[in-house]
Amino acid sequence: MRHEISVLIIGLFVVLTTASATAAVLSARAPKPLSPTLVNLTQRINAWWVMVALMTVAFFFGRYGMTILFALISFAALREFVTLTHSRRSDHWVLLGMFGIVIPFQYWLVWTAWYGLFVIFIPVYCFLLMPAITALHGDTERFLERVSAQQWAIMISVYCVSHVPALLTLNVPGFEGRNLLLIAFLIIVVQGSDVLQYIFGKLFGKHRFSPNVSPSKTWEGLIGGLVAASLLGALLSFITPFSPLQASAVAFVACTMGFLGGLVASAIKRDQGVKDWGHLIEGHGGMLDRTDSLVFAAPIFFHIVRYFWTV
Amino acid sequence: MSKLALRTFTLLQTVTSVGLSALAWAVTGVRPIWSGSQPSDRQRIYFANHTSHGDFILLSACLSEKERAITHAVAAAEYWGKSRLRRFIAEDMLSSVLIKRQWTSPEENPISIMLSVLDQGHSLIIFPEGTRNMSDELLPFRSGLYNLSMARPDVELIPCWIENMSRVLPKGQFLPVPLLCRVVFGPPVSVAPGEERRAFLERARAALLMLNPRPARED
Repeated sequence: MRHEISVLIIGLFVVLTTASATAAVLSARAPKPLSPTLVNLTQRINAWWVMVALMTVAFFFGRYGMTILFALISFAALREFVTLTHSRRSDHWVLLGMFGIVIPFQYWLVWTAWYGLFVIFIPVYCFLLMPAITALHGDTERFLERVSAQQWAIMISVYCVSHVPALLTLNVPGFEGRNLLLIAFLIIVVQGSDVLQYIFGKLFGKHRFSPNVSPSKTWEGLIGGLVAASLLGALLSFITPFSPLQASAVAFVACTMGFLGGLVASAIKRDQGVKDWGHLIEGHGGMLDRTDSLVFAAPIFFHIVRYFWTV
Repeated sequence: MSKLALRTFTLLQTVTSVGLSALAWAVTGVRPIWSGSQPSDRQRIYFANHTSHGDFILLSACLSEKERAITHAVAAAEYWGKSRLRRFIAEDMLSSVLIKRQWTSPEENPISIMLSVLDQGHSLIIFPEGTRNMSDELLPFRSGLYNLSMARPDVELIPCWIENMSRVLPKGQFLPVPLLCRVVFGPPVSVAPGEERRAFLERARAALLMLNPRPARED
């Protein structure tokens, strides 16, 4: 696995250095003051350096690092989601429970690889018990809206996100001890697809995909990004249990889900009247702005691998 | 007080203030939004909406270390002076100024207590609603703000809207829910020449309400 990790780290380093150099050249040539797009581009690239560094550190701590990192990502995402939705004073204990009980318990299930409970704890037990607690408090004002928002918050921020470290619990024959590479594959392909869609959109974007939901998404960006990301998937097949063709198909499905995740996140933000989920990551917005695609891709990727490649 | 006791005392206040600001950031990711005023170490009275014990911690977390050391929250003696522990937390750890809502003797006069703090060159955080507000509306302001401004017209009055704290740590709860909070600092308000007390208080209240970045949705 060492060999593959070295290749990945060198590859990411080269890509980011190229990106930083390109942004520096563009900024040097552009008229001053710099356009907001160019300033934002530099901020985004700088944030990518930090995010890649953090992921690399977590990677070296293996299962510990990944589980803790994604538990923290869930925390930040849930905080952004709940902040944006309507809640009342009587929701205090349910909200506390989401942060204090559900996140630790779900990641403990990931840690102990208790698959049977991991897949149903939130969609079954939390789904039924959280509205029950809310009803017991006796406050019925905007009841359905409140409990629905709580369900959504926890499904998106905790349940879906926890499928990334859960990849470590899968038993793929002939791939033992290398599951960290599945996480690397998923993240590089899905985040890479976001970046590629952004680049293709900025370079060739003309026809808007969905002007009502997300004016920045274009057909050109989507198609270019998805095709390029599928090729990237094939290129990375050497770190996976997949053949190059399988890898590009899996990457295509994951990135399509990722695109839909971004679309749904945009619809929620639009409905709530905000542009970004938060301000955690300079140039990108909040944690959910950066992970919305991963959130939708992770469970599907997990189940594809589990269904077709595990025993 | 001996020199050592004084040092220990200052150390306790510094550690408490740095610790609480770090905690406030970890739980709420608090950010200041300077919208009409700028951070400054000149003497000020910050006035804010009040829904939670966490309010002044959040507000002071948005100030610089230097400003924080000379900024004191004004709190009700009826609540914070009730037991020795509460008094220790309020006065010794948080260096707040305790005033009585119901006072009798002249040395208990809240205005003269607050003025004596201002006369040391220090700043104040006050909650002109007078109590932690459980409703969704901003309560009418008490007169203190007007009296202070009339007595010390050169001290800036800065409205500060504290967002979300009623959801993070509502009245009667002990454990905070981590939600993102912002503190919006607005342009200074001052008493216009000849302005009446009621009119000024209503104008100050409106200036604070204006800062709410997410007013309640009409639905």
